[in-house]
Order: sequence, then structure tokens, then C-alpha cells
Amino acid sequence: MDDIAAAAGRARYALNPMYLFRWEATQDAHVLLYPEGIVKLNRTAGEIIELCDGCRTAAGMVEALQQRYPGDDGRVAEGVYKSLEVFRAKGWIRRQA
Amino acid sequence: MPKDGSVVRLDGEGKPLWLVLELTYRCPLKCPWCSNPVDYAGDGRNELDTAEWKGVLREGRELGALQLGFTGGEPLLRDDLEELVAEAHRLGYYTNLITSGIGLTEARLAALKAAGLNQIQLSLQSSNRTLTDTLVGARAFDLKVKVAHLIKAFGFPMVLNVPVFRQNIDQVNEILALAEDIGVDYLEFANIQYYNWALINRDELMPTRTQIEAAELAVQAARERLGERMTIYFVIPDYYEERPKACMNGWGAIHLTIAPDGAAMPCQEARTITGLEFPSVREKSLAWLWNESPTFRKFRGDEWMNEPCRSCSEKEEDFGGCRCQAFLLTGDAGNTDPACARSPHHHLISEAVARAHEPGRTIHPLVMRTDANSRAQSQVEPDHV
Ligand code: SF4
Ligand code: SF4
Repeated sequence: MDDIAAAAGRARYALNPMYLFRWEATQDAHVLLYPEGIVKLNRTAGEIIELCDGCRTAAGMVEALQQRYPGDDGRVAEGVYKSLEVFRAKGWIRRQA
Repeated sequence: MPKDGSVVRLDGEGKPLWLVLELTYRCPLKCPWCSNPVDYAGDGRNELDTAEWKGVLREGRELGALQLGFTGGEPLLRDDLEELVAEAHRLGYYTNLITSGIGLTEARLAALKAAGLNQIQLSLQSSNRTLTDTLVGARAFDLKVKVAHLIKAFGFPMVLNVPVFRQNIDQVNEILALAEDIGVDYLEFANIQYYNWALINRDELMPTRTQIEAAELAVQAARERLGERMTIYFVIPDYYEERPKACMNGWGAIHLTIAPDGAAMPCQEARTITGLEFPSVREKSLAWLWNESPTFRKFRGDEWMNEPCRSCSEKEEDFGGCRCQAFLLTGDAGNTDPACARSPHHHLISEAVARAHEPGRTIHPLVMRTDANSRAQSQVEPDHV
């Protein structure tokens, strides 16, 4: 179990190059733009995807967000790992080799 | 166009998120399913100029538009395309070029890349050279395949759009193989919708239910085989469904199209509805056209609905279907889209399907989209509607 958790923590994620991620003032939100599509992201999703730069590990992302939202480290960590899985399944981000 | 598998129910909060610019109706091809108006011919000189299009781009962003499509006709016939793409990119749009590929040279691809173009949607009609060239009325197949490879070589995300009809629907597997070879990211099999030129040619173009089911199975198998490598859409023809499409996510909800002469429309077919006025960006601001114009307000929300839509529990799902199709087939744009099985006009759809596949029916040659046919057709109403 610990091994799996450690491996998950070492994973690095990058935005799928098909997508354009940016802040959109008219929506007051981060958006993902892709061929013929728009996704408006909620704040948490935007903050996580912003950290998917291909270099940072998932553990590193958790740490960064725990610092931003101190108080409930366990919940932040769980939220980040869950979101990464969902975003990967949607094809927004890819796990780096 | 709503897509099977990709439909994101978007609430634009009153913003025209999707802006489509029909830069010109001119086109080197003659597709007999073309969605341009049947009476397009002769409009060439009335096109907006570069400065006018730039004005539209600026105002569109102010209204909150995010996605931008450059289409036509063939948008590459405008030699200011690169300049417009650069301006759109600077303003923060996600820019899509929708093209037949004719005229897309290496030099232009390089210039479009430099201008910041995000994505290219290329149309391809079949995996067979002779059939493609016959269907589009020009020697286009080799060129299109070459352009497809070039688009990938330049690193553009690419949608390969295959309009689907009776003549090519049995080639789904061959087209899939070709798309795989090219390295297409999104493959879209879009059963054509029967407006404008496609409506004139409906009896010759409509596939059978058996053909559609076989094509769907082939697509399903390919999805499983290809996984994440290629996203495949299959847009089912509404003639074979019991419910209409949620056309444009609702009239005047998130889509704004500007015709070559600057007319603002809720969708590319809207001018088929006679009796509506389509003022141009030359006379009015984009904000007025979107927010205030009687045409855009006419079918917004659900106040306008007739029965059975008015009291239907599904009206939030499909907004009563397509206004243009309701008008073309029933004569009243406020009616329920006859593609819906609850429409009192649904028999028009079943009859059209039956007529198209009647054994021993007279086979007509396809009416190609040409200037001459455009002039001839705009004199007469299509007789079988
Ligand atoms: S459908 Fe064919 S003829 Fe019509 S604009 Fe497109 S490429 Fe040209
Ligand atoms: S009756 Fe109208 S609202 Fe109900 S399903 Fe049919 S088209 Fe949609």
C-alpha cells in the first residue's frame, strides 16, 4: 500500500498539448480550450491544472496546495489525487513517462 | 454542431461563447451537401473587408466569445486570413480554421502557425480518390491527403471531418485506417443535416438505417481499439432518431455566426427562415445584434414554443430542436422540430426516409453547388419538401 502511494506521489503530469489552459477574465475562471470545446474550471480544478507543468510531482502539488490551504492536509491530499485521476480520464492531462 | 460524445452542456450566461465567421461563400469545390445558402451566388463583392472583420473580432471578445471558427465557403480564398488569425490570437480567442484544404500550402501553414492558429478542421469525403473527386466536383483527394499530412507535420491539432451520406457511409473502416495513418487527433463522422443543398439532394444522399447501424458498430470497434489515440465522434442523423438535436444549445444561447456580408445569425442556416430580418454588423453593434435584435430574441428561452414542446418535460434537453428544420419542413419556425416523434409533423420525416429508399424510384443526378445551379435553384422552390 505504501509503495503504491509513494509511486502515485512520484508521478508527474502535464497538460495534454491539444488543450489550451488559461485565465479568462470574462468568466472569472480558468478555462480549457480545445478543438470545438470549452471547459470552465472551478477554482480547485484550475489550481491543480496550473501545477501540471510536467516537472512537479503529485506529492509536490499536494504540498504546494497544503501550504495554500493549511488546516486539513489529509483532505487536500485526497482531493488532489482524486482530481488528477479524473482529469487524466477526461484526457485533459497526461502522466509523464 | 452538437457532437455525440462531446456535448458539454454549457450555460453561456448570456454570452456568445462561440463566434463563427463565414469569411466568404466563394469555394473551389462543388459539394452537393453544402450548407451555404442555395442562393449564395453573386454575394462575393459584398464581403466584409479586413477592417470590418477585425471590428467583429474585437466586439466579440468584449461580449465574452472564446471559441472562434473561420469558415466559408473556403476561408483560404481570403488573402487576409493570416492577418485575421493574428488579430484573433492577440485578442485571446481559441482559433479554429475550417477548410476543404484546397489552397493550404506549406507557406500558408507556416504563416498561419506564426499567426497563432490553434487548430485545423479538414474535410474529407471518402477514402477513395475517384469517389471523392466526383462528389466534390474537382480533383481534390490527393491534395486533401497531402494537406492532412502537412497539417500534422506543422504540429496542429487536427479534426478530420467526414460528412456522411449514402455514398460514403460504407467506407467507415477505410476512412478510419486513413485517419490513423495520418495521425488525426479527432475524427468526426457527421451525418449531414438536410438543409440548403443537402435538402435539394436529400433523396440521393440519405443513408439507410441498416447502413447507419453498421457504421456505428464500426466506429464503436475502432474506439475500443484506438483508445486515447484518437477521439471519434459519430453524429447520428436526426431523421433516424425519435428526438431532435439540441440544436446550437438553443437559439441565441451561445452561438453567433456572421455571414460574409456581415449579417448576424444564431446559426449558419438561419437565413433559410424567411420573414426574419438579419441586420448586419455594418448597421448595428455586435452587442445590439446579440442582445437586442428581434431575430435573436425570437426563439430564445421557451416562451415562443408551440405545443407539444410548450408542455413537454424534455424542453430543457433539446429546446424543441432545430428552428430551421421546423421551418423548412412545416413552414413555421415556431413548430416542434418534425424530427421529434411527438411532433404532429413527424410523418414528414418518415415519409422522406421512405421516399429516399423506395424500390424503383427515379434516380436523379446530384445537383452540384455551382454558381449556375445557385441561380437556377433560387428561382424555384425545391419541389419535394
Ligand atoms: S461544403 Fe464543399 S462546396 Fe460547400 S463550402 Fe464546404 S468545401 Fe465548399
Ligand atoms: S415535444 Fe418538443 S421539447 Fe418535447 S421532446 Fe419533442 S422537440 Fe423536445
